[in-house]
Amino acid sequence: MADPVLFAADTDLESASGITESRPARWALMGIAFAFLALFLVLPLVLVFMEASRKGLEYFLQTLTETDTRSAIRLTLTVAAISVPLNLVFGVAAAWAIAKFEFKGKAFLTTLVDLPFSVSPVISGLVYVLLFGAQSTLGPWLKDNGIEILFAVPGIVLATVFVTFPFVARELIPLMEAQGTGDEEAAISLGANGWQTFWYVTLPNIKWGLLYGVLLCNARAMGEFGAVSVVSGHIRGQTNTMPLHVEILYNEYNAAGAFAVASLLAGLALVTLALKSLLELRYGAELAATRGH
Amino acid sequence: MTTASAQAGWRFKKPSVIPGFGLTLGFALVYLTLIILIPLSGLAWRSASLGWADFWAIAMDRRTLNALKISFGTALAAAAVNVVFGTIVAWVLVRYPFPGRRIVDAMVDLPFALPTAVAGIALTTLYAPKGWIGSLLVPLGIKVAYTPLGIVAALVFIGLPFVVRTVQPIIEEIDKEIEEAAATLGATRFQTISRVLFPGLAPAIVTGFALAFARGVGEYGSVIFIAGNLPNVTEIAPLLIIIRLEEFNYPAATAIAAIMLIISFVMLLVINLLQAWSRKRYG
Repeated sequence: MADPVLFAADTDLESASGITESRPARWALMGIAFAFLALFLVLPLVLVFMEASRKGLEYFLQTLTETDTRSAIRLTLTVAAISVPLNLVFGVAAAWAIAKFEFKGKAFLTTLVDLPFSVSPVISGLVYVLLFGAQSTLGPWLKDNGIEILFAVPGIVLATVFVTFPFVARELIPLMEAQGTGDEEAAISLGANGWQTFWYVTLPNIKWGLLYGVLLCNARAMGEFGAVSVVSGHIRGQTNTMPLHVEILYNEYNAAGAFAVASLLAGLALVTLALKSLLELRYGAELAATRGH
Repeated sequence: MTTASAQAGWRFKKPSVIPGFGLTLGFALVYLTLIILIPLSGLAWRSASLGWADFWAIAMDRRTLNALKISFGTALAAAAVNVVFGTIVAWVLVRYPFPGRRIVDAMVDLPFALPTAVAGIALTTLYAPKGWIGSLLVPLGIKVAYTPLGIVAALVFIGLPFVVRTVQPIIEEIDKEIEEAAATLGATRFQTISRVLFPGLAPAIVTGFALAFARGVGEYGSVIFIAGNLPNVTEIAPLLIIIRLEEFNYPAATAIAAIMLIISFVMLLVINLLQAWSRKRYG
């Protein structure tokens, strides 16, 4: 990232010389940018917290401690606790294979890893309905054996894993490619085994990138709506995640309740952004390969 | 990597002293196949088994056509808005140091981090006729919530970081000397920007446009609250898929999903080609 001070253009001499915009143009551009960000980013965020507190603290707390809300929070945490580690293990394995070795079809495999990003969340849910639904080939067999996937936790986890699939891998692949294989080769030649090499050499090198990927993966896992909506069945108190619960409350014209739950998710988003910026600020160089995605 | 590799003609993998290739690649491939490839090919297989006549009938259904038109049209409009404002935001963030720049910079990623349902109800409340912004627009005769304009507003929110985050690093990399050279050769600032800087940014802007567009086409959570969901007017294609599913009309849901995927992939391919062309032309 270039030092912004380099571009500090405060003297009229510079603007007169034609290497930066004139002062009015600069103010106009900044005005447009700030107005746009305020309108589309700041206002919605402020509104969430204002609406959440509209009926007072008591109502806010009452909504959050309701049985249905509590079970939605529990389900969201459970789903994230299963799907994030799965995609973490996949991300590390895929990045190890792709970044540390040269093999045929590597570029194609890297493209496939990103595939879920170009699929609509609704379609990500639909594919599992087609696979496990009552009308599918597998459906009757699952039913006979009492295995519940759709409209139950496994389906929600699968849909979440699908939409958050690329997050960890796509942070790690460019990072580990940029780091090369020198450190690992040195460790191996000094007698370390594969596991020791990964644990003591590679992992310390990638830990901040890994955390960065996990952070984004987790935010999406807890906030996913479309894919989960298709497979969940919306059973209150059982298969309702927090975002789905927001929808239910909102559709029942309980705006204050919906925004109370929404404010928790917005809080999660702010914490995610703060941690992400902190990582970029402190470990920017180590994350350099993953910046600007 | 000496004689052995020189003798072998085609080999799958270059030799390496680092262990774990088989294990990690094997695991990654199995996981990718189970989670992504089998479910997606299930969709492809189901829509192929529909038969051409049935598939065509679903695709040509008026409601399907309108839903696709609305999804792709609003995504296109929102991506165009984001190209203009996203590029300005990226420019301001890189070039004009101002207090609190880091916070503003971090805020740009909000749409990535904020769950879409939360964004959806917030934008709806904001643009509803009684909302903070909606009430200001009512005297002007502009309705945003529950109209296609509302869908565009939601997709502008969702797509903004894609444009900013693709254009920003390229602006950071611009060599100041190029601008100085243009200025010393007598170019006005406007000429420098439009003739010297813009061509360099064009591929990134196209990429940002493509990413915002692709995300907008499939977006569901932030849109359904503000759209009003009136068939043929404000009903997006992902919603129609869900409606068909709830009617247990699996063939229709499958066919619409397949059409969406095909159009998205073709458009991304075209945009990739366009990008390669613009890189060659201006690179």
